[in-house]
This record gives sequence, structure tokens and C-alpha cells, in this order.
Amino acid sequence: MAIVVVKPGMLTTVQDAGRWGFQSRGVPVAGPMDPVSFRLANAIVGNRRDASALEVTLLGPELIFEDVRAIAVTGAEFDVTIDDVDVPLNTRVTLSAGSRLRFGRRQRGARAYLAVEGGISVPPRLGSRATHVISGMGGFEGRPLRSGDTLPLGARVPVARAPAGPGLPVVPLPGAHALVRVLPGPQLELFAPDALDALQSSPYTIAQNSDRMGFRLEGPRLKHAGSPDIISDATPLGVLQVPASGQPILLMADRQTTGGYPKIATVITADLAIAGQLVAGDKISFQVCTPREAIAALIAQERALQRVEGL
Amino acid sequence: MSETFRIVPAGDSAVVVEFEARIDPVVNARAIALADAVQNANLAGVRDVVPTYRSVAIYFDPLRTDYNGLLKRLQVDARQTPDSAADVREPIRIPVCYGGDFGPDLDDVATFAGGTVDDVIRLHVGATYRVFMVGFVAGFAYMGTVAERIAMPRHGTPRVRVPVGSVGIAGVQTGVYPAETPGGWRLIGRTPLKPFDADRNEPFLMRAGDSVQFFPINRTEYDGWRSS
Repeated sequence: MAIVVVKPGMLTTVQDAGRWGFQSRGVPVAGPMDPVSFRLANAIVGNRRDASALEVTLLGPELIFEDVRAIAVTGAEFDVTIDDVDVPLNTRVTLSAGSRLRFGRRQRGARAYLAVEGGISVPPRLGSRATHVISGMGGFEGRPLRSGDTLPLGARVPVARAPAGPGLPVVPLPGAHALVRVLPGPQLELFAPDALDALQSSPYTIAQNSDRMGFRLEGPRLKHAGSPDIISDATPLGVLQVPASGQPILLMADRQTTGGYPKIATVITADLAIAGQLVAGDKISFQVCTPREAIAALIAQERALQRVEGL
Repeated sequence: MSETFRIVPAGDSAVVVEFEARIDPVVNARAIALADAVQNANLAGVRDVVPTYRSVAIYFDPLRTDYNGLLKRLQVDARQTPDSAADVREPIRIPVCYGGDFGPDLDDVATFAGGTVDDVIRLHVGATYRVFMVGFVAGFAYMGTVAERIAMPRHGTPRVRVPVGSVGIAGVQTGVYPAETPGGWRLIGRTPLKPFDADRNEPFLMRAGDSVQFFPINRTEYDGWRSS
């Protein structure tokens, strides 16, 4: 009833839908960087949509399954094998007891999700199993996996049939350059009149010191109208905050709950998944859209996910 | 009753109500009252309500939320927030062992104040502080207002590691580090209490709007608290 970690990979963490409800106490949300691929993986194996799964980053793990389990790997494209036999992605696969699952070469995207039937059954912290790496909260002992860890699994779940094939809401994996849509604000008025145009004028490069907390971006400088400091306030997921340097920081899953820099624009929820597949060195472009487009994109994504979950 | 607020969307899944842009107990009390009202309403789709110094962020699932209804409600509730910070709660009393290894910056703060270490302690314990906001890390309460004389600005270069329980000053703010983190605040002492403990029945010692008083203890008392 467990998974044994032979090799942990570069940064493999237990994630669920996030630790919502405690930001007023300073507790970061965490959760998957690519929430769509995360949810798809759970849907394919028949888990609840917020069941905990593994987020695999850039260099994947090698795992041994102690008992029979259905699994699915979604998100970034890796060469994945079970006992040296290739495994299709975005597909329900049943492993026999003692199987060895190995992530090989990464082809595209940055983060893959491995959902296991029954979920990873680590103890919840403040109602969530998501790992927040920096504060050491949640997940497996509050940290990324290490060799020798044994991950407990939840009870197996009955599934009517295995969804597969076309029509799956597979996140369009960016090559080394992604376009994401933003809505202006919440503090656009704290910027120079041309700042929103500057944001869209050419791509930003994701800097090396980027992580699950946020992407530090290098590109067109965004000028403030006045002081680059504000009275600290809440920092939403996907917001672009801009410190004095004029180089924006895109806040991601592990962001702090509050911050003291003006926020020029916010990535729409439907495009967070694409952003979550980027990594240091990749390029990201921003394009302003309307609230109507943002919601339409989200509804389309939700319908596709619900089709898989409804099976 | 107050009209001095605005409601601004932050993307498609959050909306922020901003009150006046100043650090002020009355403005802060408004934000906290609004946050409490929204939280208590248990609205469908709302995932998190976060009061800060002068604003409230409401996070929601746009596919499960009546957005126009939420906006209307925020308009009404924000207008009905109090014009005073009269809702004073019974102070939370926090013991602090000042100076020595626990307060490596206490001497510098005394120099800054043009007084003695005892002057600093007397001024720090002499005020009742308001928790304006909890943020940064789980359970970190931003408290004010520190007496001007000891309101020393933070370090230019933060310490790489600040021990749990460290009590610091950053300008007119004071706070207690709930976890070992980097930090630039001037450290004047340490409390044996844990501002955050996930295994405790009530994990958080403080929440926004609380009143806090510090009182001095010696090293022997500190060790006693720790072992009890």
C-alpha cells in the first residue's frame, strides 16, 4: 500500500488543490503549478479532483509500487517506462505489484503530474496535503521527496472505464516561449501610462532564480507613476508585481500571502497552466484580454475537465 | 458609514476592496470588519478572504460565484464598516526575554534611542499593539505602533536565519518570528511562545485586529516556559 522512492528526481513534491482558507493567517496556498494537468491526472485514474498527486519537475523520479495501482502521467512530456516498457501519457495504466516506474528524458514542458489511484495519503496540515517547500509545511514531511521515502497510498477506487484518446484537456505545452493572457490591475494606476503597452511589447525571459514561489522576469522595464513601494497587501495567484527595478515578478503557487510592490496585471486563470509549464530560461509574452474572454476560456477548460471526470 | 473605498478586480478570480492608503487603526478596523462580514456570509464559491493593512482581498472560483451579487454585497458591507477602531479585544500577553543572545540588536536600538537597554524594554512593553495584518509566513503578525524613539529601521541586509520566537522592530512595526526564516528586523528579544504551531488546537496565536502586550521575563523564566 505504498510507493518507495528509489530516486527522487530534481524537485518532486506531493500536491493537492492547495491550502486555501488560511491566507488571512499568512499561510501560503501552494498546490500544483499546472492545475489543469494536475486535475486531469486525477480524473483519469478516477480520484477526487483535489486528491494529492506528485508534481515532478524537470528531472523525474524512479519509484517502486508495492501493490497493484492505476496511474496516469500528465503535463510535461517525459519518456516514462514501467519495468523498461514505454508508457503512454495522459492514459490510465495499471501497474502490478513490485513495478518500477521511471521518468526518463524530458521532451517538452517543465512539470509532470503522477496521479495514483487512491491518492498519496500523507497527513493533511490545515486541511491540505500540498507541500509548501520554503516553510516546510504539508506533503511528505514538509519537503521534496528523497531516496528511501515510503509514500502511503489511499484506498483504491472503483472506476467505470478508462478515459483515453482525443478530446482530453491536455495543456498545450509551450516550447521555450509561451503567450499568456492578462487582465489589467489591480493597481494599474500606480504605473506610468505606457507601462501596460511596455508589458506587451516584447517577450520576457524567466530568470534563473525563479521557482514555485514566482518567476523573476527580464525584459521591458515597467515604470511606476510614483513610489515603487506600497502598503503591503494581498498577492493573488498569477499577479505581476513590480519592484523598483521595473522587472516584474509573476507570482506562482508557493507565493507569500502579502507583498509590498504595485501589481500591474494578473494572468487569467485559464492560462496559469501554460505558465506553470515554463522554467528558467524560457520566454513568456503577455497579452491583455477582456474579462469575457478570460471567463470563456475558463468555461471551455472546465467543460473539458468535467467530461473526463464524469466518466 | 464611509464611502472612502474602491473595488478593483485582480484577474478573474479575485477582487480587492481598498480603503484609504494609510496605516491607521481606523482604516484597518474597516478592512477587518469587512473581511469578517464576507467570511461570515459563507458565500458560494468564495475560497479565501484576506484582510491587510488597508484592504481586503476576496478569492473566489468564478464558475461557482455570483460575481455581481458579490460586488453588490461588498458595496453595501464596505459602506457599513465602522468609523472607529473601538472593537478592542482583550490583549494577548506575550512574555519576552530581552537582550543577550536572544536580542542581538538590543544595544543598537538603545544607541538609536539615545538611551539605555532598560529604556528600550520599558518603551517596548509600555504600549498596547494592534495586529494590523498577518502575512509573510504562517502566523507572522505585523503589529504597531512602536514608540518613535525606538522605531529603528530594519537592517539593510537581512539576516539569513532568524530563530523562531525572535521579537523584532522594523520602524514603527514590531513582530514575532513564527518560523526560522531570513529577516531584516532589529532583534531585541525572544518569546518562548510559538506564534504558529500546526499541531496545536488553535494553531495561530494572533489574528488581524487583536491587541497585544509584551512583558519582560528573565532567562530562567524563559526556560521554565519552554519546558512547560
